[in-house]
Amino acid sequence: MKLTEIVDLINGELLTQEEDYKKDITGAMGADLMSDVLASIKPEAALLTGLCNPQVVRTALIADIRTIIFVRGKNPDRETIRIANEEQIPLITTSLGMFEACGILHKAGLLSYELPANDDCA
Amino acid sequence: MTDEHPRVSDEFAKSITRTEELAYELRIHEVMSENVHCLPPDIKLEEALDIFQKERFSGAPVITNGDLVGLISIEDLIRALRSGNLDVNVSEYMTTKVVTVHEYDPVVEALKTFSRTNFGRLPVLDKQGKLVGIITKGDISNGLLTALQRDYHAEELIRYRASHLFEDIVSHRTSLILRYEIRKGDFIHGGNASSNIKRALLRLGATPQIARRCGIAVYEAEMNLIIHTNHGGSLRVEVEPHKITMEAYDDGPGIEDVEQAMKPGYSTATNEIREMGFGAGMGLVNIKRCVDEMRLISSRDRGTNLYMIMYLDDKDNTLNTVN
Repeated sequence: MKLTEIVDLINGELLTQEEDYKKDITGAMGADLMSDVLASIKPEAALLTGLCNPQVVRTALIADIRTIIFVRGKNPDRETIRIANEEQIPLITTSLGMFEACGILHKAGLLSYELPANDDCA
Repeated sequence: MTDEHPRVSDEFAKSITRTEELAYELRIHEVMSENVHCLPPDIKLEEALDIFQKERFSGAPVITNGDLVGLISIEDLIRALRSGNLDVNVSEYMTTKVVTVHEYDPVVEALKTFSRTNFGRLPVLDKQGKLVGIITKGDISNGLLTALQRDYHAEELIRYRASHLFEDIVSHRTSLILRYEIRKGDFIHGGNASSNIKRALLRLGATPQIARRCGIAVYEAEMNLIIHTNHGGSLRVEVEPHKITMEAYDDGPGIEDVEQAMKPGYSTATNEIREMGFGAGMGLVNIKRCVDEMRLISSRDRGTNLYMIMYLDDKDNTLNTVN
């Protein structure tokens, strides 16, 4: 799924440079805890999160995340956007809640890119 | 940017693309066509038309003694053809009010001039006012595309050179050491060192999987230094062809119960840290999952040393797979 489609589906807004629209996304994960993301996200996923700081972009970079979608209308600060532009990780914001945004994208065909939890984090 | 330009608003700056940036970075002389075919003012239009047809020109500067006196374009020749008069000098039909640009102006100046005027080409002058080239919109597109490609190749080249590092240097044991100082509470730069480490590993020829696993481990360790130490600490990464050793060390306060700290979900982080998405008690667990070997040594008086080792003995994973 192209970024433009994602933006349309969740009625979102792209916050970074538009040339990144070309990226193709096939799966996603929703999480607010960065350690959860680092532990269980598959490479090349979209990350839906309610967390909104530069660490999200750093996490995305480390975990090979393709794009970050901020839910509940969160808007990252300029520094976060700057890092994202520099590292070419598109940022999208949507006023939808986490549940609804995930639901819409999943229904539209995005797969779950969350690895099954290991028994040691029960 | 000089004072004569209006300040760029934050809103506007957000939408600036790399291509737009390049329009400011690139200078006109970098994209213009040099060795311009010029015409003297005293040749007949008939002759100019022949040259245009043969050389497939659409315009040419007109020059006397090296000074630019006008510009003759295919449109001027069409005008002359309409009036059925090709037996006059070029100077009769050429444009004399020529808009020029300077060779060291940024490309964006030429773009602005193109949109302000209706000209298809602009003569380029040096400081002394001598013609040094000509620029068209096509030159600008080509120049921008080449520059974008150069950006792309620069990274490829860095990667190529770095990945040959271990082949080029002969010793009994070659290693590359990267060191980073991590400040306590520096959340703004949190993850910066880890991003750089991950990038370095990729450039050195590590597979994306190895770079990702090392990146995650060292990122968790970096955040621990930022969150939990008295005075921050250091990251040290030693890269060898068959092994990557990552160390995080600090001078306190030390971990009281190492066994407990290793349990998933155990955390001493404050609510503030948790609100930032960290402190879920998964850091050390994540690290352990990512690397081949992990050792945590900590005491109340000496602080904490965390060793994370990744072995690259798998044939596909070594940093230089020659032979």
